[in-house]
Amino acid sequence: MNATSRLAIAYGVLAGCSRAQSALHPAGPQAGRIAALWWLMFWVSAAVFGAVVVGLAIAAVRGRRRGQADVTGAPVANGGDEPGKVAVVTVCTAVTVVVIFVLLVVSVMTDRGLAMLATHDPLTVEVTGHQWWWEVDYDDSTPSQRVTTANEIHIPVGQPVLFKLTSRDVIHSFWIPNLHGKTDLIPGYVTRTWIQADVPGTFRGQCAEFCGVQHAHMALVVVAEPPEKFQAWLAQQRQPAAAPAEPLAQRGHDVFVTGPCVLCHAIRGTIAMSRAGPDLTHLATRGTLAAGTISNTPGHLAGWILDPQSAKPGALMPATSLGSEDLQALLAYLGMLR
Amino acid sequence: MRAIALGVLLTVTITAGCQREQRRFSEVSPATARPDTVRMSQLQPGGARAAATGPYDANGWGAAEGQRLYTWFNCVGCHAQGGGGIGPPLMDDKWIYGSEPANVYASIVQGRPNGMPSFAGKINDAQVWQLVAYVRSMSGQLRKDVRPNRSDHMNVKEPEASKTPERPTSANVPPSAERAQ
Repeated sequence: MNATSRLAIAYGVLAGCSRAQSALHPAGPQAGRIAALWWLMFWVSAAVFGAVVVGLAIAAVRGRRRGQADVTGAPVANGGDEPGKVAVVTVCTAVTVVVIFVLLVVSVMTDRGLAMLATHDPLTVEVTGHQWWWEVDYDDSTPSQRVTTANEIHIPVGQPVLFKLTSRDVIHSFWIPNLHGKTDLIPGYVTRTWIQADVPGTFRGQCAEFCGVQHAHMALVVVAEPPEKFQAWLAQQRQPAAAPAEPLAQRGHDVFVTGPCVLCHAIRGTIAMSRAGPDLTHLATRGTLAAGTISNTPGHLAGWILDPQSAKPGALMPATSLGSEDLQALLAYLGMLR
Repeated sequence: MRAIALGVLLTVTITAGCQREQRRFSEVSPATARPDTVRMSQLQPGGARAAATGPYDANGWGAAEGQRLYTWFNCVGCHAQGGGGIGPPLMDDKWIYGSEPANVYASIVQGRPNGMPSFAGKINDAQVWQLVAYVRSMSGQLRKDVRPNRSDHMNVKEPEASKTPERPTSANVPPSAERAQ
């Protein structure tokens, strides 16, 4: 085995240990219940596996001894002379039934526990699945206070959050392993799930239902932060985009609203209002582009605008040809959308 | 002999199927099919030239992408799901500005009098051609296996694939122009 393949295997093993997307590092009450059930099943299965291996070894050794004693070739009665055989089989069957029943009861209790998260004072977040990104709306009774963003969900620590999930095209599945199990997003139907984070942190989520060529690049990030920090973030997201002050950013704004961008994207505070693609009002505050595919740097953003198909083949964003000056102006404008 | 014939038939079938389903994610549109190939008259000196074809005329994926863009870019706002409204219907046999792919391309890119906006500089070429393929499939101008056979909407309209092809006729006056302006 050469060094490269050893490295690849080590990387594969260690990637599973990353805490940013792991059901075994729970950050909330529900993921905690799921992890506890997982560990119980793991240890019970390990014990059963060990017992079966030991039993198999005993049977093999004893059968071999008996075979040596019987070299005359006379037919052996089919184990009928084994002492206590009926008792052993009865006890093993009883133990199996009890173990499976206990696991059944514990998993039903876990399921009930998942559905009984305290529902007082929830924050409501609507998530709409698209091929291949997540639209995120923070509900508010005042329409102007609604916040629309994409691929990045901020939640306050210690407060239950109600997620209303639906899909614009095909079935997707919403899964943030550190916080909860999976919930499907069904076109034309709203599913609900409750999530609560108990510790601050950044958790990666992933679409968990195959939804087309770029299913693997349909990730989202959940940022759990202290309530006051979350409120500050929400208040900032409610602001419309600032008007560009410098001439370069002003030109970028003009490129955006007179060019092809405006047909699919919205920037609140401008005439761009289409909802076919992600809302870009506060694009510069987000950490990734294209649903977690690439990090949000000016270079990546330029590459993404000019040739999205090389970063994410099949993505529904088409290539846009822009002159270098227009591109720089557009980058300056998008970079000031904080 | 029979095995060879079967093999040839299988290859042809499979290859044809590939072309129909081919997804061209990063395509640059053919430069030949520009709106200046549009002809506003059927008359021409000398022998007749073959009508220009659209790059997605034989590509089911392209037509289906056009179907998605038809909603995304709000063609439904005026043409509805093909039955027309503020704008003329697209699923009938009447073509005011021509039924060839290049004609439809020109109508989208240049705009037309009495309300059709120009999308020049807003939609890239490949997407315009996908829209052209879908718009032509609405009245059955494309091959049956290329036309979309399922709609993403809850509606009672028959899918494009089930439509009996209309024979294009030319309608000279846009319906919207008949009214006093």
